[in-house]
Amino acid sequence: MNRPEDSRPVGQRGPEIVVAAVLAVLALLVIKDSLRVGTGWGDDGPRSGYFPFYIGSMLLGASAWILLRQVLTWATTKAVFAERSQIASVFSVLWPMVVHVALIAPLGIYLASVLLIAWFMRRHGKYRAAPTAAVALGVPLLFFLIFERWFLVPLPKGPLERLLGF
Amino acid sequence: MDELQNLMHGFSVALTLPNLGFMAVGIVLGVLIGVLPGLGGANGVAILLPLTFSMNPTSAIIMLSCIYWGALFGGAITSILFNIPGEPWSVATTFDGHPMAQQGKAAQALTAAFTSSFVGALFAVMLITFLAPLLARFALKFGPAEFFAVQLLTFCSFVGMSKEPAAKTIASMMLGFALAAVGMDTVTGQLRMTYGVTELLKGFDFLIAVIGLFGIGEILLTMEEGLAFKGRSARITSRAVWDTWTDIFKYWRTFLRSTAVGCWMGITPGGATPASFMSYGLARRLSKNPQAFGKGEIQGVIAPETAAHAAGTAALLPMLTLGIPGSPTAAVLLGGLLIWGLQPGPMLFIEQKDFVWGLIASMYIGNLVGLIVVLTTVPWWAAILRIPFAVIAPVIIFVCAIGAYTVHSSMFDVVMMLVFGVAGYFFKKLKYPLAPLVLALVLGDMAEASFRQAMLLSQGSLSIFWANPLVGSIAGLALVLLLWPLVGVAQSHYRAREGRA
Repeated sequence: MNRPEDSRPVGQRGPEIVVAAVLAVLALLVIKDSLRVGTGWGDDGPRSGYFPFYIGSMLLGASAWILLRQVLTWATTKAVFAERSQIASVFSVLWPMVVHVALIAPLGIYLASVLLIAWFMRRHGKYRAAPTAAVALGVPLLFFLIFERWFLVPLPKGPLERLLGF
Repeated sequence: MDELQNLMHGFSVALTLPNLGFMAVGIVLGVLIGVLPGLGGANGVAILLPLTFSMNPTSAIIMLSCIYWGALFGGAITSILFNIPGEPWSVATTFDGHPMAQQGKAAQALTAAFTSSFVGALFAVMLITFLAPLLARFALKFGPAEFFAVQLLTFCSFVGMSKEPAAKTIASMMLGFALAAVGMDTVTGQLRMTYGVTELLKGFDFLIAVIGLFGIGEILLTMEEGLAFKGRSARITSRAVWDTWTDIFKYWRTFLRSTAVGCWMGITPGGATPASFMSYGLARRLSKNPQAFGKGEIQGVIAPETAAHAAGTAALLPMLTLGIPGSPTAAVLLGGLLIWGLQPGPMLFIEQKDFVWGLIASMYIGNLVGLIVVLTTVPWWAAILRIPFAVIAPVIIFVCAIGAYTVHSSMFDVVMMLVFGVAGYFFKKLKYPLAPLVLALVLGDMAEASFRQAMLLSQGSLSIFWANPLVGSIAGLALVLLLWPLVGVAQSHYRAREGRA
């Protein structure tokens, strides 16, 4: 795994191309559906695709321009997107977020958040069990009281809350 | 003076006990949001907006606008004590504010920052008080073509005035419009761009986009920078406040100039961030000893703070009178108006007098309350900033998830929040501006409706946009601003050629 090129920073060119390409694809989707619903005039005025068609075309134009410029200046672009270690730490936050969101449906938002806070404090803060448990249980409990009790805004709940009769 | 009478009536609305309570809650929450990384004015208001759906609109807007003022005040605390701008508009404040704190003059720097914020806001609110009714009366004559021309002006000035490359500004803006178009077409009832996904019927909600782009995106960026908070502590004594106050008003020219810059940038959608930089630059250029800037010059704190707060406040002027927000946070407040069932625009000043003047009066009181709150509670906020990121980050993620869920009670929105978060991270890294995206997403439906109505009137001919002097001059100004970057390109071309010759 520790090949020498792994320590090199990630260049700006790759992400630049990917983002512009994604925007171009979105633009094509907008244009395609605008054509489907009609970009011209109906009996009662402009049809649904009239305005989005221009929007899609302009988005396509702008992203094509960004892509083209990036390709033309390919050899001279030396800008750095981020260091490998920085990308690693971004991922170390991103994947717990994804897991957190995925767990909200089966476990409820409160239990999922207990796990999220506990994981963060143990993994990134190197906290001992006692302070971790205090914050990880205390904060969701406080939010439970605020939302379910005081503001009466129901948030997603799971089997634990059902067991406790909520 | 009609305005003064209306304003007095506004004070009678704003000065009721519950509204004063909402104001205090708003300010405290706002400062908290401004101090915490990952939470800012725009997404803080977006997260709290669903809690106000059942409130009376006047109390709701008073509370939410006070969150905005609080966030504007809060940004200065982190900049000066920790050298971390809590908000983009307080970046310029770090240049001289943090050196002052390092020299042991944190109390003076903070007092100067808060006072400047207050002065900037006060002038901007006075401008709103007297200009807004005039502008609203003027805008009553607007037809669909004029409204679209004003919206065009808004978006063209983004292209012309932003520091980011024009293609990226346009791409970000068009993405906003495209996302706004998804779902049911409000005019014909036709479904578009949903590709059979039922969750997309409602379209993309800008609140979700704001929470994702600014909240989750910011957390990812903060993590990348590997923040370690190393701050100065500060306690503001009444003596330090008094000494600073007797000192800073000799810089009245800086105050006036920065207010003017801020108001202008707030009304045109330049926003608070460029206003603060522009005002800092002007202060340095016009100073007698420019080399003192960057080393703890008090004018370097006064100038950006006055301008940022003036711009943030003035951004509400076009939002109230024309329904066009001057900043992302104003855009979220505008979304709030629509949700509470109020139609922003000139009619608001006729049909909803209590609401408009209550809000304007609350701006005077809110900023005064804010000034007192931040001057007296600085040590607490500094303590909050010492809570490690490993504890704060998951709590902020939790809060963002709650905020995204409560908008429509939908899990799909929470997933979309993550998608917008990742997009926000890439956009920020690659210098795509986020403000045009958010504004386009909020205004998309309105812009489309006015464009289509204008086209109906003219039977599809674009000539309606120069059919009379009013719409013609607005549309013309929009084109000038749109093509402004080309002037710069031509100039540098010309200079390069001169240099060679």
